[in-house]
Amino acid sequence: MNRDELEEVCRIVRTDIIEMIYHAGSGHPGGSLSAVELLAGLYFGGILKIDPKNPKWEERDYFILSKGHVAPVLYSVLARKGFFPVEELKTLRKMGSILQGHPHMSRTPGLDCSGGSLGQGLSIANGIALSCKMQKKGNRIYCLMGDGELQEGQIWEAVMTAAQHRLDNLCAIVDYNHIQLDGNLEEIKNLGDLTEKWADFGWNVLEINGHDIGEVLLAYQSAQMQKEKPTVIIANTVKGKGVSFMENDCNWHGNAPDNEQYKRAVSEIRREEV
Amino acid sequence: MEKEKIPMRDGYGRALLKLAEEKKNLIVMDADVAKSTRTVWIREQYPEKFIDMGIAEQDMVGTAAGLALGGMLPFATTYGVFLAGRAWDQIRTTICYNHLNVKLAGAHAGISVGADGATHQSLEDVALMRVLPDMTVVVPCDAYETEKATLAIAEQEGPCFIRFGREAVPVVTKKESPFILGKANIMREGKDIVLFANGAMVQEGLNAAESLEKEGIDLMVVNVHTVKPLDTEAILEATKKTGCVLTAEEHQAAGGMGSAIAEFLVQNYPVPMKIIGVEDSFGESGKPEELMEKYGLTSEQIYKEARNLLKKRGE
Repeated sequence: MNRDELEEVCRIVRTDIIEMIYHAGSGHPGGSLSAVELLAGLYFGGILKIDPKNPKWEERDYFILSKGHVAPVLYSVLARKGFFPVEELKTLRKMGSILQGHPHMSRTPGLDCSGGSLGQGLSIANGIALSCKMQKKGNRIYCLMGDGELQEGQIWEAVMTAAQHRLDNLCAIVDYNHIQLDGNLEEIKNLGDLTEKWADFGWNVLEINGHDIGEVLLAYQSAQMQKEKPTVIIANTVKGKGVSFMENDCNWHGNAPDNEQYKRAVSEIRREEV
Repeated sequence: MEKEKIPMRDGYGRALLKLAEEKKNLIVMDADVAKSTRTVWIREQYPEKFIDMGIAEQDMVGTAAGLALGGMLPFATTYGVFLAGRAWDQIRTTICYNHLNVKLAGAHAGISVGADGATHQSLEDVALMRVLPDMTVVVPCDAYETEKATLAIAEQEGPCFIRFGREAVPVVTKKESPFILGKANIMREGKDIVLFANGAMVQEGLNAAESLEKEGIDLMVVNVHTVKPLDTEAILEATKKTGCVLTAEEHQAAGGMGSAIAEFLVQNYPVPMKIIGVEDSFGESGKPEELMEKYGLTSEQIYKEARNLLKKRGE
């Protein structure tokens, strides 16, 4: 896919996110919208080795969504990629749906793990990466974390584990949108200089604009070349990106739009097309 | 004749050495207590099958989950209190919710850890683990049974928790005694009262049975090594036969095996019952045998409670 096509995918995914959460009546739009380019790049930019017809393919690359509350962005990407019918998206958060409020791997084709209790994904990704190394398999492992999630201590345990075992088959991504549920991250528990922190822990660090699909793809490609060290992509993003009234507002971390807001949001996303 | 005494953790270590030969995908993990838990035997003989995760129990459990997702067979090992307590959410949401084939081994279980004191005495782990959907919980009674139980959970698909003590304890079973996950073992037949026990309390129960026998009281002793899934068939049969139930475990009286049996019996076949365990209290430093006595985890306690129970029943 070229850049224009990828940007169109991003608009479709953003529209899906708003529609899903509107129909569900609850969900997490802010952090879903900030991670759109990061996931579109992975799934549609030729980065992930996957087969939608064979989700458990042994040679596949793995994607672990550590910030499980942004399930809508992942569900949209999986559906658009063909892991399950797009119509399923409307069932998000409803009884009997394959799309749980937070990802449940045994229900949704294409999920490599469940998520929702924050701070756990990187350890899981490390474990998969270790298992691939032990079995001399070439699969790559990707793990998306939220920035607020980095306040969990387990993340930093896992950061040390990945460096200790030189997991160069692992690429972590931080969606650095600076907003968490209760407010501005800097005012709640500041992460300090993230780039320096990860580098001090022995990681290869790439800092990018997480909404520039070109930069996103370059970062993933660069991570693939890295030897002996795990890579983290610090993606500077905007919470609620693409919907003006949701941007940079913690009140849109976990709220569904009403009918009027829904229409405005969708038309804003679609207007970008012209 | 004095029975031979072996620490249960030696049984765990021996089983891991066997598994290292049999299971290509075995990975033994520890959180900086490898010498205590006997995983050091794997570190020495099969270094490629061993990962020391450092002092990071939550990360160990999460990494074990990832290893299982990647097709490995991880045995994540540390003291029971730090495994079941500190990493509970990781065990719940990552391992059980996903039905991952991770084995969790909680060493230094119970109050018999002794001198280290309450911080290290795991008295809540069985309760914490058995409420988790999909979890198998095993509490073996001696070194031989620990070895067999460890081999058995390796064959059982899905999350399993095994807990065992630090101290050398009498060998109650024989090398050839059968061990089937989920099947309680009758250690002594009896008709007046049944004692359901596990861990080191099985031996205490057998000792109590001898004292009671002298007074004409016939105590049946059943080793409920698997707390979950509970062998309700054997429990019901023994309860019907005796009509009077005692339980004993090196754990809080609340929430453990006794509670599991009470939950079953009260809804299916209520009879007079007494649960012997630590009564809503933390432990403390001391010699193992001093602590077992102070906290009521002895054959004398079982003897006393058996007599009380019969009195209550009007005999």
